[in-house]
Amino acid sequence: MRQFELESVEAIDQAVRHRRVHDGQAFIAGGTTLLDLVKLDVMQPEKVVDVTRLPLKRIELLDDGRLKIGALVSNTELAKHEIVMRDYPVISEALLSGASTGLRNMASTGGNVMQRTRCPYFRDPDMPCNKREPGTGCSAIDGINRNHAVLGTSEQCIATHPSDMCVGMVAAGATLVLEGPDGQREVAFEDYHLLPGDTPEREHDLKPGELITHVILDAPRGGGQHYLKLRDRASYEFALASCAAVVNLDGDNIGEARLALGGVATKPWRADAAEAALKGQPATQESFERAAEAAFSDAVAYSHNGFKITLGKQAIVRALRDATARARA
Amino acid sequence: MTTETRNPQRQDETLNSIGIKKPRIDGILKLTGGADYAADRNLPNQTYGYPVTSTIASGELTGLDLEEALNMPGVLDIFHHDNFDRLSRSPNDFAAENKVGEPRLPFEDNTIYYQGQYIAFVVADTFEHARAASRKVRAHYRKNDEQLTDIATLDSGEGELPGEDVPGDASSIGDADTAYAGAAVKLDQRYSIAQENHSVMEMHASVAHWENDRLTIYESSQGVVFQRNALSNIFGMPLEKVTVISHFIGSGFGSKLFMWPHAVMTAVAARRLGRPVKTVLTRQQEYLNTGYRPKSLQRVRIGADQSGKLLSLHHDGCNETSPAGLHDDTVSASSMKMYHCENVSATNHLVTVNKCAPTSMRAPGEASGNFALETALDELAIQLEMDPLELRRRNFAETDLSVQLPWSSNHLKECWDNAASRFGWDKRNPTPGAMKDGDEIVGYGMATQSWEAMRQHCGARVGFRDDGTLLVACGTQDIGTGTYTIAAQTASERTGIPVEMIDVRLGDSSLPAGPLSGGSMATATVLPAVSAAVREAVEKLKELATAEGGPLENAESDSIEIKDGRLVSGDRSIEVAELLRQNRVGMIDGEAHTAPGDEKNQYSFRSWGAVFVEVRWDPGISRLRVARVVSTIDAGRIINPLTARNQIEGGIVMGLGMAMFEETEYDPHGYPYNNNLADYIVPVNADMPQVEVELLNHPDYLLNEFGARGLGEIGLTGVAAAVSNAVYNATGKRIRDMPVSIEKLLSA
Repeated sequence: MRQFELESVEAIDQAVRHRRVHDGQAFIAGGTTLLDLVKLDVMQPEKVVDVTRLPLKRIELLDDGRLKIGALVSNTELAKHEIVMRDYPVISEALLSGASTGLRNMASTGGNVMQRTRCPYFRDPDMPCNKREPGTGCSAIDGINRNHAVLGTSEQCIATHPSDMCVGMVAAGATLVLEGPDGQREVAFEDYHLLPGDTPEREHDLKPGELITHVILDAPRGGGQHYLKLRDRASYEFALASCAAVVNLDGDNIGEARLALGGVATKPWRADAAEAALKGQPATQESFERAAEAAFSDAVAYSHNGFKITLGKQAIVRALRDATARARA
Repeated sequence: MTTETRNPQRQDETLNSIGIKKPRIDGILKLTGGADYAADRNLPNQTYGYPVTSTIASGELTGLDLEEALNMPGVLDIFHHDNFDRLSRSPNDFAAENKVGEPRLPFEDNTIYYQGQYIAFVVADTFEHARAASRKVRAHYRKNDEQLTDIATLDSGEGELPGEDVPGDASSIGDADTAYAGAAVKLDQRYSIAQENHSVMEMHASVAHWENDRLTIYESSQGVVFQRNALSNIFGMPLEKVTVISHFIGSGFGSKLFMWPHAVMTAVAARRLGRPVKTVLTRQQEYLNTGYRPKSLQRVRIGADQSGKLLSLHHDGCNETSPAGLHDDTVSASSMKMYHCENVSATNHLVTVNKCAPTSMRAPGEASGNFALETALDELAIQLEMDPLELRRRNFAETDLSVQLPWSSNHLKECWDNAASRFGWDKRNPTPGAMKDGDEIVGYGMATQSWEAMRQHCGARVGFRDDGTLLVACGTQDIGTGTYTIAAQTASERTGIPVEMIDVRLGDSSLPAGPLSGGSMATATVLPAVSAAVREAVEKLKELATAEGGPLENAESDSIEIKDGRLVSGDRSIEVAELLRQNRVGMIDGEAHTAPGDEKNQYSFRSWGAVFVEVRWDPGISRLRVARVVSTIDAGRIINPLTARNQIEGGIVMGLGMAMFEETEYDPHGYPYNNNLADYIVPVNADMPQVEVELLNHPDYLLNEFGARGLGEIGLTGVAAAVSNAVYNATGKRIRDMPVSIEKLLSA
């Protein structure tokens, strides 16, 4: 039996201090990723630090209009929070499209940011995987890659980032607050997750000993918002393609649109080129289609996932249409 | 053997317990955790087994490094090729009731036939210790570069299907070749169904325990008698020294019909260690070691005239099988019987792949074959510009031409009419894409459903007890279908004792031998045996009651009836329990063995149905959903409308899985990619359409005294074809390879 030490911490500095002393440590909140991966022998922490008693369970409206979310706020609580439902529906919809009620009750905001890929080769310790064991090779590139990414891939890794919530947050705009041995720092949400490049084992900009304490959402952008998730079955499946859209109109034209994609990319994906293509354009099907083309102009398909390029474009067009309709309403 | 009267013309008797919506009598046990499933069993001094599986698909195991694993905490022993007991294979004979899932014994040789094959078995004091040690076993292989996990790679796409012909599967009537050559309208198409896994809720588990030279094994099994017989052969032990217990089963769908190697490993380890061993397979192991519905390729050729009359039908099938155990899914066999066609040919091929043995999966063979035939008929109807339902009506089989026998009972026409009317088939626009609703395009499709009606021999025992309760015992099992409940209803019907007073015992091979829970035959098999056992016991009660000084002294035996738990003769009567108490007898029992008779040679027995499906296709986001399923089923008398409907609805849901989601995938290197419930997609609650089932309830007295046929499989048949036909109606795209996935719709 794989033994590990479990320790509960009551204060943030205690959690961070512990992390510095021991390598091979993992924080546990809801455990919906970590425990799976421990049982599968993919993650083998020697020490698990239980952070669920830390005072990070509040959602607080800041004076500047931003919304500060404690890392331990559950996915359910966040999705159902009055301000989130009113001012950030794209995040609420994204959360509710993910997992199941039971998992959302357990899963935390910080944990969701730290979700790991669902690539089956990553999740099987008997298979080569550069993310799990750097240098062993990528089994997906010439294996089955139907669920894998078409954007942001490298020759080392084509695994998708599985989160819905993160896609909503990229579209809404957010900042992560990290607490570490050297103090507190902030990182723009969309800069936090890293492209695989030559180091697919490095998934995010979290330094040793650091803990996510809060996500701060930008002040509400208003406009029309929509999160659309496309997948095989109607529920309980990771996205094949998803799109978070936040659209502000300027008359009949698009003033500013923010778009993020899930299921198609190696990280929660800001579709900058599509946003640029929309700015100042009439809010029509033709504009939406041009934006969708722009979003996937650099896409690379593998043997089984070429359909995701079509599906991803469709997600953009429909999400923009419905977000625009809401902006007009 | 007890004789039965079978007469199709008989008057329907008035029934009191049969036909009633009776909630499951084991429901409370299941809700409260009182139902003892195999893995729930804990025995004193128990140990835990955990298999080590091959990580290559083809080759040879050249060595195992066990030292590190043996030194792990709690490890008691590790079993493998070099130290395993020498056993005999089970004869693997269905008729002799010793068929197993995989005849190859565990560790029999060092050849690796498939990925996931057991190469060692770790036993430790806890499950966690066994699992941790299993990961320290180092295996060395000589790997074959060539392996085969997908038969589609062998198919040229035209002409004959790949694989070896199975001569015994070929059947024909008339001259299909000549009739095809001369037909005015022709169709020649290929179809396929992906490999599906049963994905049962309750994991496969064995708990084995030896006491002196007797083996007791708790197993999640759909066939305790088959497993008992197989173990007796494998271990060379008399039948009475092996007991298999399976009181409750959390679904099987065929994967638990025949014993798999984990049970043999567990029994051997328990004997060697002198301690009970419990093995619970993981989901990943289960996907690779407990059978599956094999992938099938099919070719259907139809020749018809302009009026839609079928002149010729060729149905050729090909399914994958395993070097570790042969399985022939006979996908084309049912096409011999479905419609009136005087020239039919059915064949089947097999291809050996690097996977464990395939096995029966709900409606084996027929669900796959029905998909191809019922889709081909839809294509033919379009070619003829004819309503697909009308095409089927014009080819209704008045008799079973394949065996030249009349049907025992066939209400297919009523199924078509009833389901079409409830569905609103007359509102269908045959032009693809013509029915629109907002972003969505609506499509309608239909198919005929069918499954053979079978019955086996069966023993049962009943015992009237002096406390007024009635024991009913049969060596079959309840796999969640409601066998406990309908056995109680039958005994209640025949004694008048309320269902609540009936104590049903199933799932124990030491009880009078009962049937497998499979093939939709348990109901038609078990109920007559229970009824006959009641008659045997009642005869003994009559002797007691009419004896000198008895309460019905001098009454003619024939004048005595049992009603409401009382023996009644004219105006005299006595409660059975009181009779027993008066005689200081604790229990009077009766045992009977019943079997099908010559009716099999006089009639053809099948259940029938019609299924209509509405799909919704949103082309803007490539989203396909099934909105509505309407099915009407002719399965003889319905014993319990609640459990019966539940079976049909469950079959429909499984059919949706086959049509839209389910596909066990192996990558080009033979790696099983989605052997877990996150990556193997089955329908979830949010996918559930509106499902409307109607059960016709026409008794088929030629099959048994209650007129009941089975209905575990039939609900699944037809669904995949009806979905794919509806998809064509919505999209104009003909998807001939199940499941209908997003990428297939996008590329068609």
